[in-house]
Amino acid sequence: MNKYLKQLKEGLLDNNPTLVQLLGMCPTLATTTSVENAFGMGLAATAVLICSNLFISLLRKFIPQQVRIAAYIVIISGFVTAVELLMRAYFYSLYQALGLFIPLIVVNCIILARAEAFASKNPVLPSIVDGVGMGLGFTFALVLIAVVRELLGAGTILGIRIMPEAYEPMVIFVLPAGAFMTLGFIIAAVQKIRNTAEEKKRLATIEENRHLKQTHEETNEEEEVVTV
Amino acid sequence: MSIGNVLLMMFSAVLVENFIFAKFYGCCPFLGVSEKPDTALGMGMAVTFVMTVSGAVTWAVYEFLLEPFGLEYLKTVAFILVIAALVQFIEMFLRKFIPALYSALGIYLPLITTNCAVLSSALLIVQNDYSFVEAVCFGFAAAIGFTLAITVFAGLRSRMRHADPPKAFKGFPLTLITAGLLAMAFSCFSGVKL
Repeated sequence: MNKYLKQLKEGLLDNNPTLVQLLGMCPTLATTTSVENAFGMGLAATAVLICSNLFISLLRKFIPQQVRIAAYIVIISGFVTAVELLMRAYFYSLYQALGLFIPLIVVNCIILARAEAFASKNPVLPSIVDGVGMGLGFTFALVLIAVVRELLGAGTILGIRIMPEAYEPMVIFVLPAGAFMTLGFIIAAVQKIRNTAEEKKRLATIEENRHLKQTHEETNEEEEVVTV
Repeated sequence: MSIGNVLLMMFSAVLVENFIFAKFYGCCPFLGVSEKPDTALGMGMAVTFVMTVSGAVTWAVYEFLLEPFGLEYLKTVAFILVIAALVQFIEMFLRKFIPALYSALGIYLPLITTNCAVLSSALLIVQNDYSFVEAVCFGFAAAIGFTLAITVFAGLRSRMRHADPPKAFKGFPLTLITAGLLAMAFSCFSGVKL
């Protein structure tokens, strides 16, 4: 159980597919104009990712090595078509807002990367957990970006007004230029956090080494005293 | 559609509805393969080649295979397979008959299968109900827009190689912010109605 929790955390934070691995940039930039769209896109991709991981993991001993990429793409595009039809039937407004980006989940690098790097080498249950973790990580990153963009660009979150009436929306944040910049600043913040964490770890190990050395020297001194 | 209209549509696909800066199709190679201007140009040429041919082939597949049998809902699966096969075929063809072009485009060709610009241009052609000539022209023009964007961007990035940004901004964040500034420049076309 602990192993699976660790795997989920890996996908959600430590190895976030969007913010740390920097995969799947097209939907990240395009669908984050509003929190609603970002959430819909994230969940659609998560559904495809879980299903494709499950099936690729089940079939991993039967797919020949040479044509594996083509096989993965066929499996993924099958699920994408299913998700597309379901969304058209039950979430029509979201289907229209996301437009071409639903079929484009087929070429989302995150899904192919997880198929190749994880599902093709691991049993079924860990592959499903990996799909859930990575999918939620993708959704989390999209929603984070969308919150910034919608709040600054329209003054709302999920269509509810947050900023005071006097706030003049900075339209640039919902335009393409704002997408690139918001993502740039968020990834810079993530790198800053990771750099600080690494620095702390490095300092801690240095401190520990020094401490060990000191205690070692002390014991040596004691020994010397004894011999004298 | 007259020739004038086709030309306007092409102009619009290159600048106004630029695949990168207005639509975000093909951002992965745009951010990934834009370190040097000459590799960016190579990638752009490979994309142009594949997108023009795939525009024609996917149009024919849709018109003569999917539509008559009522299989329109399979278009995503069919198009991605056609594109993957086409890329493989073009690679083999070039290696055999035009080795010079093959060695120039070589490493970029396989990457194109998962380039969403190619798939989205095929889907857009179907969505907009283009005729055969329009489909080929649209694929070509959209790819030229992609090439323009990636080459200009690579030029900017090569100038920044010696810049000394804060540590947190090094690498990808700075690339994204530069892309944002370039997108701002391109957004001046967005008001143009053709």
